[in-house]
Formats: sequence, structure tokens, C-alpha cells
Amino acid sequence: MIISMQIWEYTAVELSERIKRGELTVAEAVEAVFDRIAETRELNCYITLEKEAALKRAEQVQEKINAGELAGPLAGVPFAVKDNLCTRGIRTTCGSKMLENYVPFYSAEAVERLEEAGAVLIGKTNMDEFAMGSTSETSYFGAAKNPVNPDYVPGGSSGGSAAAVAVGACPFSLGSDTGGSIRQPASHCGVVGLKPTYGSVSRYGLVAHGSSLDQIGPLSKDVRDCAAVMEVICAYDSKDSTSVQREDTNFMDALVEDVKGMRIGVPSNYLDDAADEEVKAAILKAAEMYAGMGAVVEKFKLPLTEYGVPAYYTIASAEASSNLERFDGVKYGWRSEGAQDMHSMYKKTRSAGFGAEVKRRIMLGTFVLSAGYYEDYYLQALKVRRLIKNTFEESFKKYDIILTPVSPKAAMKLGESMGHPLRLYPADVYTVTANLTGFPAMSIPCGKDSKGLPIGMQLMAGAFQEKKLIQAAYTYEQERLRHV
Amino acid sequence: MSKQYETVIGLEVHVELATKTKIFCGCSTEFGGAPNTHTCPVCMGMPGTLPVMNRQVVEYAMAVGLATNCQIMSYCAFDRKNYFYPDNPQNYQISQLYRPICRDGYVEIQVGGKAKEDDTDVGLQTKQIRIHEIHMEEDAGKLIHDEEGNSLVDYNRAGVPLIEIVSEPDMRSAEEVIAYLEKLRMLIQYIGASDCKLQEGSMRADVNLSVREVGAKEFGIRTEMKNLNSFHSITNAIASERERQIRLLENGEEVVQETRRWDEDKEMSFAMRSKEDARDYRYFPEPDLMPVHIDADWVERVRNSLPEFREAKIARYKQTYDIPDYDIELITDSKHLADIFEATVELGAPAKKVSNWLMTETLRILKERNLDAEDIGFAPKNLAALIDMTQRQVINSTVAKEVFEVMFESDTDPVAYVEEKGLGMINDEGALLRTIEQVLEDNPKSVEDYYNGRKRAVGFLVGQAMKATGGKADPTSVRKLLEQKLQNSN
Repeated sequence: MIISMQIWEYTAVELSERIKRGELTVAEAVEAVFDRIAETRELNCYITLEKEAALKRAEQVQEKINAGELAGPLAGVPFAVKDNLCTRGIRTTCGSKMLENYVPFYSAEAVERLEEAGAVLIGKTNMDEFAMGSTSETSYFGAAKNPVNPDYVPGGSSGGSAAAVAVGACPFSLGSDTGGSIRQPASHCGVVGLKPTYGSVSRYGLVAHGSSLDQIGPLSKDVRDCAAVMEVICAYDSKDSTSVQREDTNFMDALVEDVKGMRIGVPSNYLDDAADEEVKAAILKAAEMYAGMGAVVEKFKLPLTEYGVPAYYTIASAEASSNLERFDGVKYGWRSEGAQDMHSMYKKTRSAGFGAEVKRRIMLGTFVLSAGYYEDYYLQALKVRRLIKNTFEESFKKYDIILTPVSPKAAMKLGESMGHPLRLYPADVYTVTANLTGFPAMSIPCGKDSKGLPIGMQLMAGAFQEKKLIQAAYTYEQERLRHV
Repeated sequence: MSKQYETVIGLEVHVELATKTKIFCGCSTEFGGAPNTHTCPVCMGMPGTLPVMNRQVVEYAMAVGLATNCQIMSYCAFDRKNYFYPDNPQNYQISQLYRPICRDGYVEIQVGGKAKEDDTDVGLQTKQIRIHEIHMEEDAGKLIHDEEGNSLVDYNRAGVPLIEIVSEPDMRSAEEVIAYLEKLRMLIQYIGASDCKLQEGSMRADVNLSVREVGAKEFGIRTEMKNLNSFHSITNAIASERERQIRLLENGEEVVQETRRWDEDKEMSFAMRSKEDARDYRYFPEPDLMPVHIDADWVERVRNSLPEFREAKIARYKQTYDIPDYDIELITDSKHLADIFEATVELGAPAKKVSNWLMTETLRILKERNLDAEDIGFAPKNLAALIDMTQRQVINSTVAKEVFEVMFESDTDPVAYVEEKGLGMINDEGALLRTIEQVLEDNPKSVEDYYNGRKRAVGFLVGQAMKATGGKADPTSVRKLLEQKLQNSN
């Protein structure tokens, strides 16, 4: 039986190959994706769509492909980016009323690089306001929804980016990850998400949340697409002082099916403590599969985990409270009417322009940096961060890969956590450590729970070891395809 | 007032660095552009933008640190100082609190001498003023309030690099403060790190002042004075604040630790904010910038690039040039002036002549126009050419002064100017004689006076003759010819 696939079902690399072979045009690919977006509108994946600009760009890209000037694996592929990545001439809202009409005149470096590689930007995806949240419900533009079951959240904060990829509303997308914001929605929507090593992808043009934690990364249908996008976006950028010069950016070369002898550690305390039974079972099954493929799988204890979340929220909120100071109604963005003087303008603008979660984090961050509390909270959190990094460095002497859950359970129902931050924050326990250490981590689909909601597993590795992650993820993915 | 009080002063000096581009972006630092024309997404604090450190700022800060005997820290880092104000595009300033680039330095100033006429002259003494630290930071933009009540912001200055030099409370009088500031200005100008103009704000000093009874061990409670735009303001503000604090203490009141703003027109200061409502700046390490590591090699490279400072220059001038010590003192007061002097002499002009032009005409014009030596814009080659023309008697000294004025104004080539305007001296004796004969004919009264023994009448006749030549004759030759003519006619 021949199953004819829809255009929107192709992976990015497949789509590009078909375009380069002349089976379809870039414009047809763009049209097909927009048709799919229309069909899935109720998921609210997008904040802004740019069909006209995309079709215009599609023509230019098509010409270059025809002329043989564009031959890369992403040439002609439509893509979407999270709405906290600046896009020249396209409004960049960060999911906030504050920036509802903000149109930057510069693009994020990662976006520029993808466009240079011939990918075609189609729109900006929905997200938690200023990337603060893990359900995509704090968006000023309404919640994004889980494509598997629209009564559930897609995860967050890059929920729109994950849901769009999962449902075929774009072949791949970019997200940003400060404490799990790529990996957790990838896990909840059943797609692949990678948070690269801090410094690998330029942060220039990413509206900052926690500057020392933020990284841009890909969300994709499979591991090959993830590697292809990484090859394009991972590059030194002199505009970002924390950018790193890397030699080993040929990530597609790591698409090798081989984990023989690979040392994989599974932190037993991660499974015992918080994860629900279905998640735990899925992770243990994945560990078994790795062992079956020749990897050396071992359980071990990874200490200090319980300090990750408090340290993370202290540091991320502190940096966010400062990063968000620039949104004051003076230079750009939304400004409240009816202010009597400068201070009332600041107050009215920021009180009405930011949503509840953003204001909560600003207050938290302001508090931990205040005189008298700085040493007890912020400096203490920095020390914990250092200790956690040491622990991981030690662990990576023993293991090539650490295998963990992404989230203690599958996606929550819409509205379940709104206004209850303490139900939500602890669920970041498995993801925040990669941001605190700066190390790379990846989320791969590894099963479904009894409700049919996706479960993801997290692969972690030491600094600049994305190729190990890609190889381990690819091997697992191929093996799983054979079993399903 | 029965008790004797001592004033204790420490300074925080901000200096705008003379880099071509801003501290964290590639925008021009040039002063005076149309509002918001020297800006980009980075220095406007647009979302998603990131700062990138300007290496030249680090090197200037190191150079100033070395010139002020500071320890250059092998590791320094930036911090964010958070406060809301519209001139501050990000609402935080990138500065250095926890790890400044330089620490523990000092400069030496000359103090003492005769302060008043009836003082006994104890002679000049050298005093050390210790420097606590020097740190790097960014400047803010400027607020403009228009007639319609709107507040506008110009971000051209936002991101212009600054260093802040923080002294220990080692100064005891306005004289010492001025001597310290002049010393800093001299060193920084010699390095070329800034033009240090107080009026234009490229050098700003905040004065921390307290008083205590002479002999007391503890410092009194201090205030910080801002908005001091000239040495004059600083001197006045110190006198005023000293008196205010003493008055409070004499009345049994307490000095309040606060920031005060000097009003030069009213010649008094006003409280801005007290310690109680002092802002909490919530400093924390700037995550967007990497710490700066400075190794010994880098320090040595900067040390080797330091210019010859004034003391060394004075010693060398005394050995090299046959000009008075007084001239040397004044010329080396400004590196720019000294550079012009040396370059002009290098071009073959006699040192004494060059020195004369700088000491008399140049300083006169600077004083008249209220300019600094740094504002001198003429090229040494033009001054050398002017001196050459006077020496070859192509022009006389009166014309030379006129030409100099033009040259000072617009760096004009004096040779071309003299030619174009026909200012060269009349060397044709026949023509000069005919002019003199005409003058004698037109002034019979003076001629008669001369013959009646009033020899001074010659002066008047020389003047008339010079006037008739349009000032282009050599007055000595004119006098000689006139006297010959008068004697011959007798």
C-alpha cells in the first residue's frame, strides 16, 4: 500500500531535497504550510503570520536554488520562530501587551543565518509572556494548545514553536530555552528539541529573559532536522560577547546509528523522587533499549538536584528583573495613557503592560537583588550553581550521556496551573540544571501516557558535546521507528 | 567661632574617554551631532541587543591607572546598576562595582607656599593624594525639556565611555582639590585619553566633604556635592559647604548624610536626597559581558605606550632648548602645546622664536577667547613658515601678528595668505623714498618740530609713512631712511 504523504508531513531535510529535485517549488511548500496553519488555527500556534513576505521570499530562494547558489539541507524550507526573536520589519511581541506593536529594524543573528541558508520565515510563534512560564498560557495573545489534545497545554514557554512543528504548521522552528523552554514543550508535543551549549548560538536579537541561561535552539520533527538546523545557527558572532568560536559544527556527521560502548548514566534519584509512574516506565524502557543496542547503561545518584529549582528561579528572576527594566513606555512599545508625571507613567505602563507571571518574576528578582538580600539569595544561588556545575562535570567524567525525564509528567490540562506557580516551578527540576551548567541537553519523544499524551526523555552531555547527543538520539530514534 | 575646624575632602571624578566609538557599540562619540543621530539598537537599549566591550576603553583606563600609580587588576568585570530614568535607555547602567580595573593608586600634588601675603612662606611641599579605585562605565543620554512642556531624550551621549576615579578623603582644602584635579587633567591629557573639559562635561567632579575639629580622629558626617562645572564652582561650593556644616555643628545640630546640588547662580547648594531615601541600585554582575583578563604583557604594552609626562619633558627641555624655565613651565602645561612647540622646532624654527609665539600671541588669544591650549588648531608647519617669513624679513612683525590671527582662526597657510593679500614688505628703496618725501611734504609742522630739536617728531612721521605703505614696510628701514632724509635736507 502506498501512503501518499502531505507536503506538511515532510521533515525539513526531505522537503528541501524534494524542492531541489524539482518535485515542488518553494512557493508550493509555503502555500502547503499556510493551508495546514489554517486547518490547525484553533491551536493558536502563531501570534503573527507573514504569508505575503514569505511568498515573495520563496521566489527569491527558488531562483537561487535553480541557479545552484543554494544547495544546503534547509534551502527552500519554511520555518517559524518564537516571538521573542527579533525579526526585521515583523512585529516581535514576546507574547506581551508591552510589545504588541513593536517592530524591530534588526533581526536575530540565528534568524539571519537561517535566511542566508535559504530557509523561508513564515511567522512568529506563540509563547509564554517574555518566556516566563511552562504552559504557553501566560501569552497576551491567548494560550497555545497541545496538538495531541487541545484541552491540554503544549508546554512552554516555546509552546507555539513545539505545537506548530508537531502539527505540521511548520517543518521546523526556533525556540529559546532558559530553564527548559525548548525541551519541555518538545516533550509535551512529541517533537525533538535541543538546548545547545551556552555560547553556541548567538543571543543577539533574542529578547533576554535570563541572560546567563538563555540559549536559542531548534524544535524539529526528527533528529536529522535538528542537526541540520544546528549546523546553520551554531556560529561565532562578534555581536554577542558570550559567543564561542567552535570548530565541531558539522552536526549532520553525527547522524550515525551506533551507541556501542557509549556510557549512559541514569540518575536513580531523578526517577524515584518526582516522576510519575508512566514517565518513569518510559525512561526505563529507553534505557533498556540503549542497553540492548550495546550502550553501557548504569544507574547512579546525581546529588544537589533539589537545589536546582530554587537556584534557577533566583538567578533567572534576578536577571529578568533587570532585563525587563527597558520596557518603560519611553522609547518603544506600549505606553499607558493618563500619567501625570514620569513616575506615574512608569508605574501605569508597567502595571498594565505586563501580565501577572511577569510581574511576579520581576518582584522576585528585584527582591533577591535588594540590599540586605543580595548575599543571602542571589550570591547563595550563584554558589549553588557552581556546585551543581561541579557535580555534572564529575558525572560526565563517568558518562558520555545522562538520561533523564524532561518533565515529571506529561502535559497538564489548560488552566490547571494558572495562578499556582508553586505547582508549576518544581516541574522544571530536570531541565534547569542544563541552563545552570550551560551544558547541552536534548528532548526526544520516547512514549505516550495512558491519555495518549507524549512523553519525552532528556539526553544531557558535557559542554560542546552536541554531537554525542545527536548520535545517541538518532540511534534511539531509528531503533524506535523499527519497533513502532 | 572658637573651635578650629578641618575640612576633609574626597573626590569622585568622571572622565569621558576620547575613543572614536562608544563603549559597547560602534556608534560615534562625537560631540554635538543632531539628536539621536549617533545611535544604534545597542545604545538605544532596544530589545535583544547586546553590549560588546571596546578594547580601547580598557587600554585608556589602564593607562590612566598606570599614570596614577594604581595596581592594574588582572581580572575585572562589569556590573549592572539598576535605576529608572529616561536618559538611561536600558534603565540600568553598565559599570564596575565589585571588580574595578584599577585599585590603590596615588598622585602627587604641590601644596603650601604662601597662601596669603602675610603668611610665612614654608615653600612648596609634595603631598600624596591616594586613589581608591578607577572603574569603567557608560555615560547616559541627555534630557531636553522644550517650551511646550515635553521632555525629549537625546541618546547621542548614551554609551560614551567614562572612567570614574575615586580618591581617598585625603584633601584638606579647595587649593588641594584644584591641584589634584589639575594633576589628573594633566596626566589624562598627556595620555590623550580625554580632553578633560569641565565646562563641556568631559570631566566632572563630585565633592565628598565633611568637617571635624582639628585633632579629631574620626571623620565627620559627609555630604556629596554634584553639578560642579568649573574650578570656580568647586572652590565656591567647598567654601559654602564647609561653612554650612560648621554652622550646623556650632548650633549643636547634626550634618545629614545626603547628596546636594550646587547652584552656581545662587552660590548655594540644595539637598537632593538623603541617605534614607538613597536608591538601592541592586548591583549584580553583568551577564552579557565576559570578565576582562589583563595579563602582565598587556600591562607592559600599555606602560610602554605611555607618553613622556610633564616632569620628564621639563627636564629634557631644560637640556635641549635655550629658552627660559618660565616658558618651559607654561609650554609643558599642555601636551598639545608642547607637541606644537617640538614639531615647529623640528621644522627648523629657532626654539626661542617658537616659544615667543606660543607664550605671547597664542596664550593671549586663548585667554581672550576663553579657550584651552587643547583648542589650538594650527599646524606646526604653518607656524614654522610664519617664523621663517619674519626672519627673512618678508613681513614685518605687525603684519606677522595679523597673519597669525588668521592662521589661528583657520589654520591658513601663511605664505599663500601673505602673497594673496599682498602683505609682503616693500623692499624697493626708491618707492619707499618717494613715500617718505610725500610724508615730509604733507607734514611740514612735524618736520619743523624736528628741526626745532623735538626729535620725537620722527616717531609720528614713521607712523605716517607706515600708514602710507599699508603697514607693509619695515619700520626700522623707514626710520633710517627718514632720518637720513631729514639730516640731508638740513
